[in-house]
Amino acid sequence: MPDVTVRVNGQEVTVPSGTLVAAAIARAGVQCFRRSVRGEGRGPLCGMGICFECRATVNRVPHVRTCQRVCEPGMEITTDA
Amino acid sequence: MPEASQHEVVVVGAGPAGMASAACAAESGARVVLLDDNPYLGGQIWRGSEQDPAIREAAFWRERVRNAGVEVLCGTRVFDAPRPGLLLAETWTGVRSLSYSHLILATGARERFLPFPGWTLPNVMGAGGLQAMVKSGLPIDGKRVVIAGTGPLLLAVAAYLHSHGAKVCAIAEQASKPRLARFAARLITMPSKLAQAYRLKRQLSRVPYLTSCWPVAAHGSGYLQSVTLSRNRQSFDMACDYLACGFHLIANLELAALLGCRLERGVVAVDDLQQTSVAKVYCAGEPTGIGGVELAILEGQIAGFAAAGHNEKATRHLALRRRYTHFARAMERTFALRAELRNIADETLLCRCEDVSLGRVRAHRNWREAKLHTRCGMGPCQGRVCGGAASFLFGWQTESVRPPVFPAQVAHLAAYSEADESPIEELA
Repeated sequence: MPDVTVRVNGQEVTVPSGTLVAAAIARAGVQCFRRSVRGEGRGPLCGMGICFECRATVNRVPHVRTCQRVCEPGMEITTDA
Repeated sequence: MPEASQHEVVVVGAGPAGMASAACAAESGARVVLLDDNPYLGGQIWRGSEQDPAIREAAFWRERVRNAGVEVLCGTRVFDAPRPGLLLAETWTGVRSLSYSHLILATGARERFLPFPGWTLPNVMGAGGLQAMVKSGLPIDGKRVVIAGTGPLLLAVAAYLHSHGAKVCAIAEQASKPRLARFAARLITMPSKLAQAYRLKRQLSRVPYLTSCWPVAAHGSGYLQSVTLSRNRQSFDMACDYLACGFHLIANLELAALLGCRLERGVVAVDDLQQTSVAKVYCAGEPTGIGGVELAILEGQIAGFAAAGHNEKATRHLALRRRYTHFARAMERTFALRAELRNIADETLLCRCEDVSLGRVRAHRNWREAKLHTRCGMGPCQGRVCGGAASFLFGWQTESVRPPVFPAQVAHLAAYSEADESPIEELA
């Protein structure tokens, strides 16, 4: 299967086709996907679209559940610092 | 303006129960649409089965769904049921309304999570959650994983991660050895389950399986670095890269509750033909009681035939369904959660969306009061995570729902109210 290249916080990451955005973020070495209301770092929990912990900005759309989105070529993905 | 369509049978959820019901209804001549919020067919248990021909059952049902001419809408999330016969769903590009004469709910289950200090650290994940992520491209080769919680899913996840190169440090099962032994003895009456258990045991022969053992804390700065497990009144630390936790499953009841289906003992009440208390609304799989993939497929077939008006075909599966239901209830007793899991410090976070501590929630009399005063369960997950914990910790009913059952974009909610005035009525 062909690979897909996306950008995570500006860094290019090439992943196998069919990879979820959440997995691409982890492959980029990012552990903290978002900051909680008290500022704690959070990452994916349920892996199935229920907990909303893996949300990030995808192609400028905020709060996308990255465990539900498949990587597409050129996707711009941004996590909370 | 929402895209609108009408169908004889709408099936919500494309896991084993949903695929079986959609195929059976369509093979019986009904016009069927099958929806799922995930990007692919298969639900959680058959996730990634397109790439894995070893999952023959999944391939078999995918083929039947395709050959029967079922219309499949993945990435489609139902968020409201404004009146009988109508669902509203959000897609990645907009909103659509679907009218139906018969509805089959096959909304599956999620893992139950229980809080403990540090459970909010990145890389503490659900057991099924970590497996799902690995199936979807998360590299696990060489990573140290502790698997903790309860239920047969822990073994399946351990075997999967092990076969993908993970170093599974331990499986911590909160159930006691005598309980597990009684359950194992029962497996003899279920040859398929016995074969499965034997296969898992052989694959995991080098992995410590610790019974009466559970996580009491996770540690790390910025992300998980180790876990403290409790066993025989002693606690010990284990270094790990991932902690995969799951305290068995809880059914996804939100849509059934929104439609007004009667719930009994925390599951959707159905009759012999999987019909709920609401006319022409059926339910199959985990929402009628956690029972596993075989039972879900049987219930799906019954619901599919019944919704298409072929009751005589539906009733052929009743005897086998009874057998699997008995087995499922035995499983529930075996993996019932022990009281010690309720001993959690007050400052531990319970609600991860709104960062509400357990102590603040505990001070209230019921779920509704706790939500109103603390915002617990009011964030984007709408209590899907903390509600399951609160129902175990405090014995509360946490199933109350109101639309939208999933957070939807305001523009999509608005699109419907505009449409409500006009052409959508023509569908009825």
